[in-house]
Amino acid sequence: MVLCLGLVCFICAAVLGGTYVLTAGPIEQARQNKTRQSIAKVLPEFGGDPVEKVAAWNGTDYTYYAVEGTGCAVISTVSGFGGPLSVMVGIVDDGTVYNTVVLSQSETPGLGAKCQTDAAFTDQFKGWDPASKTLLVKKDGGDVDAITASTITSRAYALAISNAIEVFKTVNAEGGLENEQ
Amino acid sequence: MLKEGLKMSSRLHQLTKGFVKDNPTFSLVLGMCPTLATTTSAINGLEMGLATMFVLILSNMVISLLAPAVPDKVRIPVYIVVIATFVTVLQLAMQAFVPDVYETLGLFIPLIVVNCIVLGRAEAFANKNSLVDSALDGIGIGLGFTMSLTVIGIIREILGSGSVFGWKFIPGDGVLAFVMAPGAFIVLGYLMVIFNKYLAKK
Amino acid sequence: MEFLLIIISAIFVNNILLSQFLGICPFLGVSNKLSTAVGMSGAVCFVITLATVVTYLLNQYLLVPFGLTFLQTILFILVIAALVQMVEIVLKKISPSLYQALGIFLPLITTNCAVLGVAITVVTKEFSFGGEPAMFNLGEATVYAAATSIGYGLAMCLFAGLREHLALNSIPKPFKGLPIALITAGIMAMAFLGFSGIV
Repeated sequence: MVLCLGLVCFICAAVLGGTYVLTAGPIEQARQNKTRQSIAKVLPEFGGDPVEKVAAWNGTDYTYYAVEGTGCAVISTVSGFGGPLSVMVGIVDDGTVYNTVVLSQSETPGLGAKCQTDAAFTDQFKGWDPASKTLLVKKDGGDVDAITASTITSRAYALAISNAIEVFKTVNAEGGLENEQ
Repeated sequence: MLKEGLKMSSRLHQLTKGFVKDNPTFSLVLGMCPTLATTTSAINGLEMGLATMFVLILSNMVISLLAPAVPDKVRIPVYIVVIATFVTVLQLAMQAFVPDVYETLGLFIPLIVVNCIVLGRAEAFANKNSLVDSALDGIGIGLGFTMSLTVIGIIREILGSGSVFGWKFIPGDGVLAFVMAPGAFIVLGYLMVIFNKYLAKK
Repeated sequence: MEFLLIIISAIFVNNILLSQFLGICPFLGVSNKLSTAVGMSGAVCFVITLATVVTYLLNQYLLVPFGLTFLQTILFILVIAALVQMVEIVLKKISPSLYQALGIFLPLITTNCAVLGVAITVVTKEFSFGGEPAMFNLGEATVYAAATSIGYGLAMCLFAGLREHLALNSIPKPFKGLPIALITAGIMAMAFLGFSGIV
């Protein structure tokens, strides 16, 4: 009885181990592809490989991908309506937002989840210049058109972008310092 | 000759019984959690159904082979280990080849382990039938499950977002409640009413 | 304060039955009578909390250090099955009266997806309660599991109360039994939607 259970467990463990070894490569590949595709979406066309770096701002570590001569893609995670909302924000070297893409979200389907699909909402951030427009929803006195009935998600999205811009500024300031030395 | 014919028709029956007579959702009322949770759109329902079918067919086949050798006392643990193995294989394969689908279905892929349909078929069918019959049973029940999930998904998507399989044909927002939790219960409830009224007649 | 947010969120806002759809089978199966619903809820509460603590520790100190997180599903379900067996045996020895009350529900809990669902959720998902999104620590995981199972019990008992009354009404034949129960659950879920936004 114990022997039988042990044997089944052993065979299953072997099958699982084998599958894991076989799929480890493709899983890693898929993950990298996803990151690459996201970076390609949020930054203008670039040559060369984006370099993964980590920057600290306001006590939190942000992962970002620097592309020489083009800009940065910053991953910014904030608290949305239903849980964490993770946005990749592409910022070009002159400090304007090129594009944004949602990496993961747990917002309400049909309401807040539209931040991923509603072009009318996401397109307003293309070419957003933080110098002339404020990253707050209109209700809070800013320039962001919120998704209908999803102010909290929209607010979180705007916050994610504004955090990313701050990270970008910090990174650039540090880079500048290094150059001076 | 007659015997052969009988065998064929019984095999055909294995394949089609999942649609009405032994429909896992409307008739047996099993596997309610993924049925309600993943049917926010037609495509999600279809994907969930196919994922479950994959595990169902393979676990049915392996269990039908193992059943004679497994002592009665450890029957259930052995079945659970076999099912969990296939679920993990599915998880890894989905992460590798269809990561977006894996992300959408999320928690409900590992939860196929505790889907009563899979363990239920192992207990009720696979452990006393041949390999081929068990595989056909897996396909039949799996198809029935996939069909139910897709139908619920289509209805919720039409009412909730005015589209089918992502193809939008009604402008506007639709009735949000149908995409959210309450809609799942209500759509399933009314579909069951229709099923009881028209299809379940013996 | 954070614990309070977790508790309110887990019981009302993200109610495991009415908004996450976990553990629906027993929800529909044993909610015909209030007394059985109470028994089932009690047993589920106990097992969810215990299982979450054990699987959390196993994940943290066994799977993660050795890079074996892909074994989560299979290990967790085995742990839950073993735990349910153990609880049954221990309960039988030390408190026969409690065993009498919960006994028949215990074997059913292994295949209750709420248990595995909560165990997997707390080790894979990041949560944010106002602050920075982060993984749960052991304390938060325990509180989350306990609160979730209280939410389970609450929805289950309310639903059983409703169904007891439903049984006394004359209902069109095709609606009898599960269909009307599902529609009732839908209306309850709609009521619970009203809680969203308070956390």
